[in-house]
Order: sequence, then structure tokens, then C-alpha cells
Amino acid sequence: MMKSTQQLEQQLKRHSKAAKLEIWGKVVSFSALILIVAVVVGIIGFVASKGLATFFTNHVSLWDFLSGKSWNPGVTDANGKPEVGALPMIMGSFLITVLSAIVATPFAIGTAVFMNEISPNKGAKILQPVTELLVGIPSVVYGFIGLSVVVPATRAIFGGSGFGILSGTCVLFVMILPTVTSMSVDALRAVPRYYREASLALGATQWQTIYKVVLRAATPGLMTAVVFGMARAFGEALAVQMVIGNAALMPGSLVDPSSTLTSVLTTGIGNTVMGSLQNNALWSLALVLLLMSLVFNLIVRLIGRKGRLQ
Amino acid sequence: MSKKRWWQGLGLLIIVGLGLFAYQTREVSHAGESITAVGSTALQPLVEAAGEEYTSDHLGTFINVQGGGTGTGLSQIQEGAVQIGNSDLFAGEQKSIRADELVDHRVAVVGITPIINKKVGINNLTTAQLIQVFTGKVTNWKQVGGANVPIVLINRAQGSGTRATFEQFGLAGHQSKTSQEQDSSGMVRQIVATTPGAISYVAFSYVNNTVQDVALNKVAPTEANVKTNDWKIWSYEHLYTKGQPTGLTKDFIRYVQSPAIQKTLVRQLGYLSPDQMKVERNVDGQIKQLGGAK
Amino acid sequence: MMNPKTQNKVAIGTLYGVAGLVVLILLALLGYILVSGLPQLSWHFLTAPAKAFLKGGGVGVQLYNSFYLLILAMLISFPIALGAAIYLYEYAKDNWVTTTIRTAIEILSSLPSVVVGLFGFLFFVVKLRLGFSILSGAFALTFFNLPLLTRSIEDSLRTIDTTQREGGLALGLSRWETVTRVILPAAVPSILTGVILSAGRVFGEAAALIYTAGQSAPALDFTDWNPFNISSPLNPMRPAETLAVHIWKINSEGIMPDAKAISSGSSAVLVLAILLFNFAARYLGKRLYKRLTSA
Repeated sequence: MMKSTQQLEQQLKRHSKAAKLEIWGKVVSFSALILIVAVVVGIIGFVASKGLATFFTNHVSLWDFLSGKSWNPGVTDANGKPEVGALPMIMGSFLITVLSAIVATPFAIGTAVFMNEISPNKGAKILQPVTELLVGIPSVVYGFIGLSVVVPATRAIFGGSGFGILSGTCVLFVMILPTVTSMSVDALRAVPRYYREASLALGATQWQTIYKVVLRAATPGLMTAVVFGMARAFGEALAVQMVIGNAALMPGSLVDPSSTLTSVLTTGIGNTVMGSLQNNALWSLALVLLLMSLVFNLIVRLIGRKGRLQ
Repeated sequence: MSKKRWWQGLGLLIIVGLGLFAYQTREVSHAGESITAVGSTALQPLVEAAGEEYTSDHLGTFINVQGGGTGTGLSQIQEGAVQIGNSDLFAGEQKSIRADELVDHRVAVVGITPIINKKVGINNLTTAQLIQVFTGKVTNWKQVGGANVPIVLINRAQGSGTRATFEQFGLAGHQSKTSQEQDSSGMVRQIVATTPGAISYVAFSYVNNTVQDVALNKVAPTEANVKTNDWKIWSYEHLYTKGQPTGLTKDFIRYVQSPAIQKTLVRQLGYLSPDQMKVERNVDGQIKQLGGAK
Repeated sequence: MMNPKTQNKVAIGTLYGVAGLVVLILLALLGYILVSGLPQLSWHFLTAPAKAFLKGGGVGVQLYNSFYLLILAMLISFPIALGAAIYLYEYAKDNWVTTTIRTAIEILSSLPSVVVGLFGFLFFVVKLRLGFSILSGAFALTFFNLPLLTRSIEDSLRTIDTTQREGGLALGLSRWETVTRVILPAAVPSILTGVILSAGRVFGEAAALIYTAGQSAPALDFTDWNPFNISSPLNPMRPAETLAVHIWKINSEGIMPDAKAISSGSSAVLVLAILLFNFAARYLGKRLYKRLTSA
């Protein structure tokens, strides 16, 4: 008698198979996340250690770096300080990212709404495959098309050499469109069906439902889509470098040759010797890139929080 | 459930068995010696092609040639991470490289010429004019006798070997004005070909009928003029090793410097062979006449 | 003030216009690539090895490398991304730690791929002594891929109606079982979109691979399938130039006379390869979805 109660007690106290699986699953998925965090921390730490060396090892003042307008790390100026002013590139990256996001967002969200709310059939048949195809086209191909189509067009319309932020924006707009569109579609799909039904049942028109209910409910997801689009625009190098002109000058207008953090980074990194000031300065650009991307991210999140459906 | 386990176990066993079998039967000769050469993208095609010929003659060796840029090549050879560092520049020209640890093997000579968009209508400039153009003293081609189009400067990236050579010998040490920069010869040629008023500079082998090459002081950019140093914008292509090379590295470098490669591949790829030169140049740019030119 | 009905019509009309314009732009782009590239294609072009400086080279090895690298990179990154996404969706508490992790992941995706490539070069190629190899390339691509893939899988999980989840839990399933048996199967089509998108990026990526998988493609012996031989197509330790890297290389330093033709031909091949991959993935995904959900 005693024995069987003990057995029963043991049986009850033991983790069931499902509970074991649950723990196992939690551990496995948690370690995957830890791995990603390690990767993220590793890369950020790596960039930071290299990027900060400019300031700690080479003793460049942070202010000179952020506000200087002349970028020529191999050369020292009249005071014997190296010319590492990153302002032109920071401006260039900032302008081109914001502009292309501003242009691409309405198009992408409009297309996503069309694909998801108005005509799901056509959307799935034509738009989705096309957008997915475009993500895989190498940026060098985008760059060449930009060079042979966009740059001459800009030159014909606005004069100048055709290279500049405007051409860069055009190319980036097309490049980030697929990413933003397909992520926006996912965001819209996440809005429960009964939101729409409730709104329509209240007598709202389709547009009112889309604008006042669906888009509001999907705002956080749409913001993520835009953030990723901006991130891609921000980090894109090869295509931009070919059409922006890649001249480390303050952008005087949208059609003057200028440069971005990534384009200068990519052109220079293979030509500089690791550990030298020239190389460290390029890593500092990468660090600035990370910080700026953080700021973008926070701003977009803030906007997203305000627009969310209460 | 247990049947499924059985099948899974069997599958795993088969995979492990196949793996062991494959490992046992691998061609041991192919696991022989291998070396890696990293660096200059301009030099890569030559070393790669030479490497292919060498490995087809010497089975069991493997020569892995990668680009990455002159800076990468020099830093990695300095670290000892690779066996050969390909460079467009003398290692001594890079401040943070301890050049005395590296041994220079010159494998080719490359001539560099200015190229201009064809519609400019110029095919000769004086050195003074070239300097004025690149330092921004003149901004329109009509000031130096061309069509009325603004000058668009295209530079190679800072630190690029082509740019360093061009500024040192083409612009007599003057720094080019900050302007557009591209990191490869192909891109530069494409942009010069399509942009009105554009000027840049590339190695001889990249000149084709889409762009106009430019004579300097009436001296044409030809190989004959490079040999005699009448055309001054040229440089060596270097293979660097850390200390004296040994084993496969030594054999391979000797092979690249041998007539088998120098008389064929080097010339087919648009380079000159160092044996063809009637002069020699050192790190500081000083020229020494060579006695009996071959 | 327009009345709601006219407003509705105008707005819907505009959306048609926007979508039409986007389709037009995208189709024009694809058309441009295909029209300039398709005439270059031939059996010889698709199978022959590349030539360094003579005309008549093909892209056979590069094409194969692209697929092999894609599969390896996906095999490594998909399980990690899936696990992390499940944790973020199911277990992670909604606090500042989670938010920080999410933000960090998003920021990582804005790093230019050349930085990831150099990191991969210094870490995998030099430090871990993997050399210029497919494996190094696959790891670098994993780094590059994880952020986007994790986020898109997490979003996919979130699109599944909460009733499904509640249903699973109500049946007495544990959270892990609910996720793996109920939610994941239902999310397959949308996860697939994420996978296809990141596969596309892997296919088109050049800068991250230049320093890791390398930019030379030693000839392969397609009769030798022993992964330990250097000329075997299966060997993950050999340097492998992919199609996108090849396009980059011939555009930047190529001196073969037919560089332009090869470059546009390769771009068209790339587009067709992605198309093929998309169709295959969609087809398999549909079958998987049917099997898992018995829909």
C-alpha cells in the first residue's frame, strides 16, 4: 500500500514528456538567441575597438572628426593634424537615407495595401514574385543600371555631371522598395480580420477602414519595415558609390557629387594598411554608421509609438 | 515511434560511414602543399593565371590567389597570415609597414595613362596643364584647348597604387583636388566613357576605344616609351614575402619571374616584363640606367 | 470636404496608380536586365569555366558555387534564426532587455556588408584558419543574414491568429508544442517569404564574400563527389567565387574583351536562378504547408 502511493507520488512529481520537451525547447531557442546576441555584440565590439583607436591611439579629437569638412587621412594639415573630417560623409549618408526612405515609404505602403487589402489575387500573382526577385539582384547591377540610365537622365534634366545625392536616392529607392514592401505586407497581414469586419460593419468605407483601422493597427510592423529599408539604404555601398560620385565634399546641392559613410569606407578599406591611421579612421566611419543607425531606429520607434492605435 | 528511431539511427550510421569512407579514399596528393597570395586586385589576374599554369604542371600543389586590395595584401603578409602579399606599391611607401622585414619580388611593370572622355577633343597635354587640371586651377576644357565643357575629375581611391603612381610621376608630387573617387579601373573607364568632360587615369591594359588616352608633352603612352622612361608614369608590380621565401612559395615566385611567364602571360595581360626595362627605379623614385638592355 | 464615398473612390484609385507604377518600375528593371543579358546565354556560357583575360569564358563554376553557398548558409542560419525568433515570440518577457536585443539586431542589419566581410576575414579566415573557403563565406553570410531572417520569422509567427495559440494551449499542449505543432505550420508560407528574401540577398551579395569565400574559382571536377578532395564540388574548404562576386570582379578589374557581355549575361543568369529558386521554394513550401496543417 505504502509503496504504491510512493510510486504514484513519484509519477506525479516527475516531469511529463511534454514538460521535458518544453524545457528542451526553451533551452534550444534561448541558446539560438544567445548566439545571435553574441554575434551582434562581437561585431559591434569589433567595430568599436577598431573605430575608437582613431581617438585613443591616434589622438584625433572627436570634435575634429565630427565637424571637420576635409577628409584626407593620409595628409596632415597646416597644424600637423591629420585631415579626418567626417562631416561631409555624415551629411551625405543622412540625406540620402532620409530622402530615399521618404520617397519609398508611401510607394511601398501603398503597394502593400493594394496587395493585401484591395486586390490580394493580383498582388500575390504579380507583385510578390517580382519584389522577391529584385532583392536578389546584386547591388553592382543596380549601380550599373543607375550609371547608364539614372545618371544621364539627371544630367539632362538638372545639369552638372549627373552624379550626386539625387541619383543615389533614385537608385536606393528602387533597391529598398522590395524589402519595405514585402515586410509591410507581412505587417498588414498581422492585423486580425475582425478589425476590418468590425469597421466595415460600422458603415466605414473601405478607405476609411484601411486608413483609420488597418494602417493604425499595423503601425509598429510598418515602422519595422521602414527601419529595415533605411538600414539597407544606410549600409548600401557599391550601388550608391557608383552614382553618387563618391567625392568627400560637403553636398552643396542634390546634384553635386558627394559621398556616404559606406561608399568612402568600401573604396578605402582594401587600400589601407591595418592598424594605420587611415585604416582606423575608416573604422571610425563604420562606428558612426552604427550610432546613426541607432538614432534613426529610436526616432522611427518614437514616431511609431505615437501613431499606434490606442 | 521506435521504428522511426531505427530508421533515423540507420540513416545516421550510413552518413557517418560514407564520411569515413570518403575521408579514407581522399586523394592524398591533393592535400599536399598550398599557398595563399592576397592583395592588389590589379595584379590578381596575372598571379591567378600563373598559379593555374603552375598547378597544372605541378600536381598536388595549390595556389590560392585572392584580391582584397594592396593594403590588405601588405597587412596580411606583415602579419604572416598569408605566404605572398600582392602590391602595386613599394612596401616602403606605406608608413605603418615595416618594409625591412619584407622581401620584394618584382614581377611586372605597369604603365599608367590619363584617359579623357572622347568628346573633349584633346589628345595631348603638357605636364603643367595636367597639374592645373587635377589641382583645380583650370575648370573648363577650353582653357587647355579643348571643347567648352566643364572638367570632371575622377580619382582612384586614396591609397590606391595607381593613384599614388599617377600623383608622384604624372602630377610631379602634387595632390589631386578632392573629387569623385572610384575603387576600380573598370568603373573609372566606364564613368569616363559616359560622362562629358571626365578625366581619369588607368593602366595601359584598360584603355580601349571607349576612352581617349592622352600624350604628355607630345610623348605617347606606349610600352616603348615606358621602357626608356620617356613615359614616366609607370610602376612595378610586387610580390612580397615575409623574409626569404621557401618551398612552394619560392618555386612559384621563381616560376612567375621565369621567361615562361614573363614572355607570355605578363605581356598578354598588358604588362611589361622587368627584363624589358632599360631603367630601374627605387623606392624613392630615383632612376638608374641599366647597362645592356635585353 | 469630400464625402466619404468620393474620398473612398479617389483613395482606392490612387492606390491602384501607386501599385501600377511600382509594378512598372520593377518590370522595367527586370526587363532591362533580361533584355541585355539573355542574348549572351548559351549552354557553353552556363557550363564553361571562366577565363581570366581571354574571351569566351563561362560561369559554370560560379553558378554552382552560388547555389552551394546558399544552401550551406541557409542550413547554418535558418535553425539559429528560427530558434531565436521562437524565443523572442514565445518566451521573452516584454522588457528593456528584449527591446535592446531587438534594436541591436536591427542596427546590425545596417552595417555595410564589407564590414561583415572584413570581420569574417579577420575572424574565420585568419584567426580560425578556415582560409578562403565556402565555409568562411557561409559563416559570414550567416552573420549578415541572421538579423533580417530572425525579424521576419518573428513577424511571421506574430501574424498567426491568437485563437490558434489559445486553441493549442486549451488542448493542454505545452507552449513549445503549441509553437512547433500549431503556430509554425500555419506560419510556413509567410516564413517562406522571409527565407526567399534572405536567400535573394545571399545570392546577390558580393562585398561580404570577397574577403571570405574569395574571388577565385578553381576548376571543379564534377565527377569527383568526395568532399575531402580539393577539386570536388562538395568540398566546403575550397575557395569559391560566386556569380555576384564574379559580376563585381569583371566590372571592376576585368580585362577580358567580352567583359560587358559576360557581366550582363551573368546578371540575367542570376535573375533566372533566383526565379527558379523562388518557384522551387514556393512549391515545396506549399506541399509542406498542406502536409503540416492538413488544409
